Amino acid sequence: MKEQLSWKVGGQQGEGIESTGEIFSTTLNRLGYHLYSYRHFSSRIKGGHTNNNVRISVDEVRSVDDNIDILVAFDQQTIDVNSHELYAGGIILADSKFNPTVDESLDVVLVDIPFTEIAKEQGSQLMKNMVAIGASARLMKLPMEPFKDMIHTMFIRKGEEIVESNHNALRLGYEAMDEKFSYMNITNDFELAPSDGKERLYLIGNDAIGFGAVNAGVRFMPAYPITPASEIMEYMIKHLPKLGGTVIQTEDEIAAVTMAIGSNYAGARSFTASAGPGLSLMMESIGLSGMTETPLVIVNTMRGGPSTGLPTKQEQADLNQMIYGTHGDIPKIVLAPSDVEDAFYSTIDAFNLAEYYQVPVILLSDLQMSLGKQTSDPFDLSRVEINRGKTILEDIERDEDDQDYFERYGDSDDGISARPIPGLKGGIHHVTGVEHSPTGTPSETAENRQVMMEKRMRKLENFVMKEPFKVTGEKESELLVISFLSVNGVAGEAIRRFDPDIVGNITHVQLKQLHPFPAEALYPYLDGAKEVLVIEQNYSAQLFNIVKMNYHMHSKMKSFTKYNGTPFKPNEIEKYIQSILKIKEVL
Amino acid sequence: MATFKDFRNNIKPNWCPGCGDFSVQAAIQKACAGNGLEPDELAVITGIGCSGRLSGYIKSYGFHATHGRSLPVAQGVKMANKDLTVIASGGDGDGFAIGMGHTVHALKRNIDITYIVMDNQIYGLTKGQTSPSSSKGFVTKSTPKGSLEQPIQPIKTALASGATFVAQSVSSDIKELTSIIQQAISHKGFSFVNVFSPCVTYNKVNTYDWFKENLIPIADFEGYDVHDANSAMNTIMENDGLLKGIIYHNPDAPSYEEQLGEYNDEPLISREMRLERSTFDDMMAEFK
Ligand SMILES: Cc1ncc(C[n+]2csc(CCOP(=O)(O)OP(=O)(O)O)c2C)c(N)n1
Ligand code: SF4
Ligand SMILES: [Mg+2]
Repeated sequence: MKEQLSWKVGGQQGEGIESTGEIFSTTLNRLGYHLYSYRHFSSRIKGGHTNNNVRISVDEVRSVDDNIDILVAFDQQTIDVNSHELYAGGIILADSKFNPTVDESLDVVLVDIPFTEIAKEQGSQLMKNMVAIGASARLMKLPMEPFKDMIHTMFIRKGEEIVESNHNALRLGYEAMDEKFSYMNITNDFELAPSDGKERLYLIGNDAIGFGAVNAGVRFMPAYPITPASEIMEYMIKHLPKLGGTVIQTEDEIAAVTMAIGSNYAGARSFTASAGPGLSLMMESIGLSGMTETPLVIVNTMRGGPSTGLPTKQEQADLNQMIYGTHGDIPKIVLAPSDVEDAFYSTIDAFNLAEYYQVPVILLSDLQMSLGKQTSDPFDLSRVEINRGKTILEDIERDEDDQDYFERYGDSDDGISARPIPGLKGGIHHVTGVEHSPTGTPSETAENRQVMMEKRMRKLENFVMKEPFKVTGEKESELLVISFLSVNGVAGEAIRRFDPDIVGNITHVQLKQLHPFPAEALYPYLDGAKEVLVIEQNYSAQLFNIVKMNYHMHSKMKSFTKYNGTPFKPNEIEKYIQSILKIKEVL
Repeated sequence: MATFKDFRNNIKPNWCPGCGDFSVQAAIQKACAGNGLEPDELAVITGIGCSGRLSGYIKSYGFHATHGRSLPVAQGVKMANKDLTVIASGGDGDGFAIGMGHTVHALKRNIDITYIVMDNQIYGLTKGQTSPSSSKGFVTKSTPKGSLEQPIQPIKTALASGATFVAQSVSSDIKELTSIIQQAISHKGFSFVNVFSPCVTYNKVNTYDWFKENLIPIADFEGYDVHDANSAMNTIMENDGLLKGIIYHNPDAPSYEEQLGEYNDEPLISREMRLERSTFDDMMAEFK
């Protein structure tokens, strides 16, 4: 029995590969397994190879595996492109329709099953995915009932007959596989060990962010579509109307971000979500938010840059722009959720921080986190807090003859000023991106400039979140590994492959607060480490350089990067750590 | 009830003496008082330019944004609080060059705000370059041999973009302008008012006198039907856009917000932000 298995389904885009993966993995989630899945897709809508890699485990998983155990192929290209990823003894379940072949030098078993033919006999070749799921279920010795239930909920709208024929397709796939076992030499074990049966969520990062935003009180979202951010907008389009809210698809990202600024200024939480190209367009407006001290949340789901770059591929190369972007000096917060579960809570944090400090907050994600689907513990409503800081929502009592403007930018110890929303009695003030006096009137005097600049920057001078990073391990370590976003899961898995009794402690820091950099909180870990390794997905080692700027012991710092558009695999990181720890052989 | 004086503050505009923008400011203040508004019920959102300074000179809530972006900020404000009266304003460069994309889309979107452009056919703040509405052949710092491009006729663009309220006037006619702005604010939907507001410093061609001579009041066209978009477009085309008055009005088109149903029942800012337990559970169940 296997504690974990990796199953991959592939075919032509637009052929139902996605739904095959969806039905299969959602059912496994309901059975209580931990999952991590990743869709490989290209910028084309129809045609082009696509695949869905689902890792199934009885324990927590936060990354794809180095290799796969089972490959389900709807075309020869799937075999040609993916069979080298199979573990020795791995298996390919392929549609007989295309007379599948596999490189004979590979140590894998090829099983052909008439997916399409069986489906056609049941009325439609669309059901070939059900046949494949049935065959996969038999291979892993999974019960049929949960799959049947899943099919029932999915298709009952279309009538009993459709449910029936899909059930048949599923069963026939199961039986076809069963028959193969009777005469083929399938010696390898693909039986999945039982799960703990616990109820969990199974979702993509973008949905966690959307749900987080709704919980933070967002009822209005202006946005412009872009990969891989669009699902956030789509989540809001699907859910906001029921909550009396709405989404506006704007003419561009500048409109999206400035509309969000307008809404936040007027007192209703709003945000926008985009990726690199959109963020580049928003730069001036981020400065407007910083200068006018208007709360603003922007989600940046990073993809391969620069320019249009690799729109459907993984990268983490916007870090510098997110931290330093916009002209002039403003206070700004940049957050990076540690995983999909944390994306939900971090999104709510982002809105509270933006409103409390009256600053722009950039919530980072990357393609792998945004679109990768993983299991998460259920979200906890009691952990949802809304903190509006010094926002004033009620009329302000003023003397009858006091006609002065409200001091919206009055100086204070923490630099944060009271913020009455427009429409209140007694709160009239002016807001401008020009340097201004405490009432918001443009002012260019040297004295005022100094006071105001210091007031704004003071807001985040000593800012540290409750949890600026997640740590696994001790302060004293042989090696400290630092990563962020989706690399966290892969790095974590690589680290767990080392036995501390043999190699010593490897500590893992998953950075969540990227800016302002939580240097003080990190020093004990940096000091305690013999070596420090920063792992990230960009060419110029952006995070590594930021850590270096904040820490003097450059000689013990190392960088490991990847920028070819594909996510790290655990064994790539494992090998690099081996080289640092000077371990010759795989343990 | 507030009078137009209540919409004044004690800040002295930094406009050149004689600048057309003074009268636009006065007309807005009179129109707001005339419509029975209180200063705290009004938000004036402006872009960057000499004209953009307006938000600081009217006693109301004011937001002086970035160059070309008054409209999206203003639409965001209205979406957050439908009870506010929202006026967006700025110059011809602000609205028809850098912000043109937003202008066309605000026109077609039809959110209930009023957009007043102070059109001086020049870039005032940056000291006299050509603007999208500068005439062909107009000599400026940036077009020393005269502009080679066709000017934009703002009311033509507005009508072509699906506007539901289009008007044009000149800052010297405060009386007409005030009345137009009052009707623009009352219009349920996006109202567009282009105001020729002479720049006495950098535009020596399109002066107060020039407009007196060249603008034709819409009232001069016998039997003109303000609800007829076809005849409005023809009249604009036949007169090079040099018209004044309310050019087109469609009082029946629903505003963007009105089409959203429940959204429009109560301002967003007064809503409960937290989800109820049952809603939370239902939404989370979708991930199971
Ligand atoms: C992004 C950006 N580009 C350029 C400028 C410089 N700028 C300020 S105002 C302006 C044009 C002003 O012309 P207009 O909008 O017609 O306003 P006016 O001063 O004539 O009232 C320009 C180009 C700027 N502030 N921001
Ligand atoms: S430069 Fe022209 S537009 Fe600007 S204030 Fe002076 S007269 Fe008015
Ligand atoms: Mg101008």
